[in-house]
Amino acid sequence: MKRVYPDKDFCIGCHICELACLTAHSKSKDLILAYTVERTGEGLSSCKHVHEGGPTCVALSCRHCDEPACVAACISGALQKDSESGRTVYDREKCVGCWSCLMACPYGAIARHPLEKKIVKCDLCHDRPGGPACVAACPNQALKQEER
Amino acid sequence: MLFQPINRNYHDFSIVRDKDLCINCKVCIRQCSYEAHFWDESRQKVMHDNAKCVGCHRCEAFCPTSALLIQKKRSDFRDNALWRPEFIKYIYKQADSGGVLLTGMGSPVNIPVYWDKLLLDASQVTNPSIDPLREPMELKTFLGAKPVKLEFSKTKDGSPKLKTRLTPNIELNYPLMFSAMSFGSINFNLHIAMARAATELGICYNTGEGGLHKTLYQYGKNTIVQVASGRFGVHRDYLNAGAGIEIKVGQGAKPGIGGHLPGEKINAMVSETRMVPLGSDAISPAPHHDIYSIEDLHQLIFALKEASEYRVPVSVKIAAVHNVAAIASGIVRAGADIVAIDGMRGGTGAAPGMIRDNVGIPIELALAQVDQRLRDEGIRNRASIVAAGGIRCSADVVKAIALGADACYFATAALLAVGCTLCAKCYTGKCPWGIATNDAKLAKRQNPDVAAKKLVNLVHAWGHEIEEMLGGMGLNSIESLRGNRDKLRAVGLSDTEMDILGVKHAGR
Repeated sequence: MKRVYPDKDFCIGCHICELACLTAHSKSKDLILAYTVERTGEGLSSCKHVHEGGPTCVALSCRHCDEPACVAACISGALQKDSESGRTVYDREKCVGCWSCLMACPYGAIARHPLEKKIVKCDLCHDRPGGPACVAACPNQALKQEER
Repeated sequence: MLFQPINRNYHDFSIVRDKDLCINCKVCIRQCSYEAHFWDESRQKVMHDNAKCVGCHRCEAFCPTSALLIQKKRSDFRDNALWRPEFIKYIYKQADSGGVLLTGMGSPVNIPVYWDKLLLDASQVTNPSIDPLREPMELKTFLGAKPVKLEFSKTKDGSPKLKTRLTPNIELNYPLMFSAMSFGSINFNLHIAMARAATELGICYNTGEGGLHKTLYQYGKNTIVQVASGRFGVHRDYLNAGAGIEIKVGQGAKPGIGGHLPGEKINAMVSETRMVPLGSDAISPAPHHDIYSIEDLHQLIFALKEASEYRVPVSVKIAAVHNVAAIASGIVRAGADIVAIDGMRGGTGAAPGMIRDNVGIPIELALAQVDQRLRDEGIRNRASIVAAGGIRCSADVVKAIALGADACYFATAALLAVGCTLCAKCYTGKCPWGIATNDAKLAKRQNPDVAAKKLVNLVHAWGHEIEEMLGGMGLNSIESLRGNRDKLRAVGLSDTEMDILGVKHAGR
């Protein structure tokens, strides 16, 4: 399956992917409202996080693993592997906020929702026509969605 | 100006932040390498310090909500035709520092741009124009000495065989090359981007004086290796790595001046390539200490030809200065296969501003004079002429070729293609566009995949435009335009200028 791969050699740490993710997952689809209103008021947060250490930076999000540890750990069946698309799918309704997946994920790619007992995880922007928002927004082609 | 020097507020730019649009996302803070933007903890918002802004527009380009506007500071000194603001600020700076004022890129001074005063011809009625989309159009260019005549002998079966021994030439698919920008002055990402782009395009890029990193030897067919006064990175393998060797005598932006790459820019890779110690300043002397005459130049040219076993042409690059025609004649007689002339608007990574803005002459005048002089002396075939220094667009290239150039070097345009905004702060090593910097975090702002693509696009675009202009003039080959000044007319130039350029006034 096509996954989003970060390129640490050319990630410039601008965090624009986070803003794109935030906007793509907002109700308003407007960066200004998403960042100022939905983020602070409703706890809207990016599924992607740029990690930095010295000159190196890299944007990490769910890897949609072939054998996801999070799915195995999920006690409520909220995380499932979609056999057709290959995505690791999250069902917000079923999630009980036990954080088992957070502890199981070897990449630290799952985050707690800041306000609710829910998680925040990449859905590969599966319903977005142009593909993942982070890939489209990266100004240095340091994020690529491809088959590897 | 609390606790600050008294002239701190006389800065050049103002950062205008639209309060309705700014979301305090800090993208501008991360992009600005001069720390003009900062997070104010007590106010819990992004603030800026106008005095630190160099006008590179990186933040403006990256602001995801278009909240930023970089403007010239609107405060004006009292109008004074003599004491223009730049001179006033120079004085303030030098009174503080006691030092030479450094700058980068090409000269911004208002010296006539002759390209703008020259107009091209087009065919009407009596000679047909050519549509380059339907008919073949040849831009292929060969750089190097050409024989006076071709002699043939016959083989046993009666077919002709070339008897004349041809000297090595550089073959270019376009009459264009990326000019010398050393590894060190710009970073490795851009060197590999230029190498890849030149290879894809079938043109050449020039290494500049900083040597050639080993991993780039594979692009040798599209590389001109430079030998400058500092001899950085020059060894036998280097001389044999490229398609041509260039002796850099002078640079248009700083004629008569050497180079100085500060130690901060010498990282491990640059140190290895230049063969200088890590972190030590790399200083190129003003002259080549083994060239004090045309005879000395002759010796160096032939030393390099011997070292490369006469397989590649040798170019000599000089800055366009007052007696450029006579100097070029001497260079050709000394055995150079290519004479590269760099006009005063050519760029640099670092030069004293006074030199950049006051020394040298425009490339258009120098080029016309060199071409005419070599023709008058009957030695034009012995060397190709490459024009450099202020080539902005394909029309400039066409005009340069009509004035007598075989090809053009361009570098500022190439840097613009990858993001440069001519802020002229290359010498600080903090280029926010990731160009003139070896800082690991800044250098990766240039992704070679993206940069190479942009360079290829630019040359393709120029190529199409050159073909259109040639076709319009009824020419189907760039060769037919070379030195064809009848295709040029001047507007608003004096008789002396037209005499030097060898062109008639429009209407004649």
